[in-house]
Amino acid sequence: MTKLEALNICKTLDGLYTLDNISLYLKEQELVVIVGPSGCGKSTLFHIISGLINPDTGRIIIDGRDHTGQTGRVGYMQQKDLLLPFRTVLDNIALPLVLKGESWQEARKKAKSYLSQFGLEGFADYYPRQLSGGMKQRAALLRTYLFASDILLLDEPFAALDAITRHKMQKWLLSLRNQYNPSILFITHDIEEALLLADRIYVFSPLPGRVVGEFAVKNLTDEEKSLCKKQIMQLLNM
Amino acid sequence: MRKSANTAHKLAPIITFLLLLLLWEAGVRVYQIKPWILPGPLAVANALVKETPLLLTHTAATLLEALSGFFIAIVLALLLGIILNSSQLLHKAIYPLLIISQTIPLIVLAVLFTIWFGWGITPKIIIVVLVCFFPITINLMEGINSVDPDQINLFRSMGASNFTIFRMVKFPSALPAFFSGLRIAATYSIMAAVIGEWLGAQKGLGYFMTLKQKSFAIDEVLAAVIIICLLSFLLVKIVDLAEYFLLPWNRIEEIS
Repeated sequence: MTKLEALNICKTLDGLYTLDNISLYLKEQELVVIVGPSGCGKSTLFHIISGLINPDTGRIIIDGRDHTGQTGRVGYMQQKDLLLPFRTVLDNIALPLVLKGESWQEARKKAKSYLSQFGLEGFADYYPRQLSGGMKQRAALLRTYLFASDILLLDEPFAALDAITRHKMQKWLLSLRNQYNPSILFITHDIEEALLLADRIYVFSPLPGRVVGEFAVKNLTDEEKSLCKKQIMQLLNM
Repeated sequence: MRKSANTAHKLAPIITFLLLLLLWEAGVRVYQIKPWILPGPLAVANALVKETPLLLTHTAATLLEALSGFFIAIVLALLLGIILNSSQLLHKAIYPLLIISQTIPLIVLAVLFTIWFGWGITPKIIIVVLVCFFPITINLMEGINSVDPDQINLFRSMGASNFTIFRMVKFPSALPAFFSGLRIAATYSIMAAVIGEWLGAQKGLGYFMTLKQKSFAIDEVLAAVIIICLLSFLLVKIVDLAEYFLLPWNRIEEIS
C-alpha cells in the first residue's frame, strides 16, 4: 500500500527554479533512496513533504489524505544532529513526545526503553556534546523515530561521519529497519550508500531537480547492482 | 611540570600587581610627593581601615542602587527580548532606537535626572538601569537570533508553536550569551551608581568621593576606589557562579 505520495511538485525558491514536476511515492515499509548531486533540491523536497514550506503546485498525500503544507506528521532528520546542547540525551529524545502532549515523565520512560537498541544505553544523562558523532546521529534518529514511527525522512544522516562510522551506521540502520519496519525516504549523494540501503532508488538531475531515473534494487545480485551503479553514474554525467 | 607551570601562571598577575604597588610606594617616598596629590598604597590601606565604618554605610547605599538597577534591567531585557522575538515588525521598529539610545551621553542624562527626580535614590537606579539594560538586551537578542534556523525548522516540522520554540529552543540557547551580557552589566552597574552619586547625592561611595576630593583627602578617595573595584569584581564572580550552576551543560568539555 502507498504510504506517501508526492504529486507533481514544482517549487521556485528565491527566484531559482528548484523542483521541476517531481512525482514519487513510498510504499509501506519500503526504504526509498533519492540520489542526486549536491544542491539539486532534494532537501527542498523534504521541506515540502514535512510541511515546512508549501510547493508552488502539487500535493503531498500521506495515507490517502492531503497533507500539503501541514507539519507534525512525518519524522524529519537532517545531516546535522540538531540535538539541543542544554538538554540531556534522554530529554532530547523524549522531547518530541512532550511536543505531542505527553508528560515529561511518560515521555522519558518511553524513550528510555529504546536506548539500548539505539546503542545509547548508559548515556541517558549525558549531554550531546559528550557523545561521539555516530552516537549523536543515533540519538537524532531515535528522536525522529519517536516523533513519527511510520514515516521517516532522512536527509543525508550519515554524510558528516567518518567512513568507518558511516558504514557501521548503515548496517545498523538496516537491522533497525528489519526490527521496526518504518517507511523510510532517504537522501544521499553517495551511490554506494543508495545501493546498499535501498529497495528502490530515484535519481535526481541537477537544478532544477527532476526525477531522471528509477531503479528497483531490492534483492539484486552484486553484479546487477554494479550494472545499476553504472547506469546511475551515466544519468548523473559522472 | 604542568602543575608548576599552572601555579606560575596563577602567581604571575599577583606578583606583577605587588611589584607595581612597591614601585608606587617607592616613587611616592623617593620623590616626596605630597599626600594631598598622591598618597602611597600604604596610606590608602591605612585610610581604608580607618574609615571602614563610614565606607560601609556608603557602600550599602551604592550596592542597593546598583543591585536594584541591575535587576530591573534584567527584567526589562527579558521582557523586551520576548516582545521583539514575537514580531519581526516590532524588532525592526525598536532595535535601531536601542542602538541610537547608546549615543546619548550618560553624564548629561545623570544631571537631568537629578533635576527631574531630585537627590534621592531614584535617579541613580534609573541610570544603572539605562547602563545595564543595553548589554543584557543586545546579548540576549544576539543569542536568540543566532539559533541555527535548521534547529527551528526541526521543531516546526514537529508541529511546535512559535511560543514553544521560544521557550524550548531559542531562550535556553541564548542563555550563554545572556550571561555574557550580565557579566558586562554587572561591572557597569557599580560604576553607573557611583557616577549618579557623584553628580548629586546624600549618600553612597560617589558622594563620599566628591566630599573627600574637595578636602584633598586623596587617600580616602582611593580607598573608595578600592571598594568599587572589589564590588564590581564580586558581582562578576556572582554572575559566573550563577552561570556555573544554572547552565551545567555549558561547562562540560567536549569529548569528540
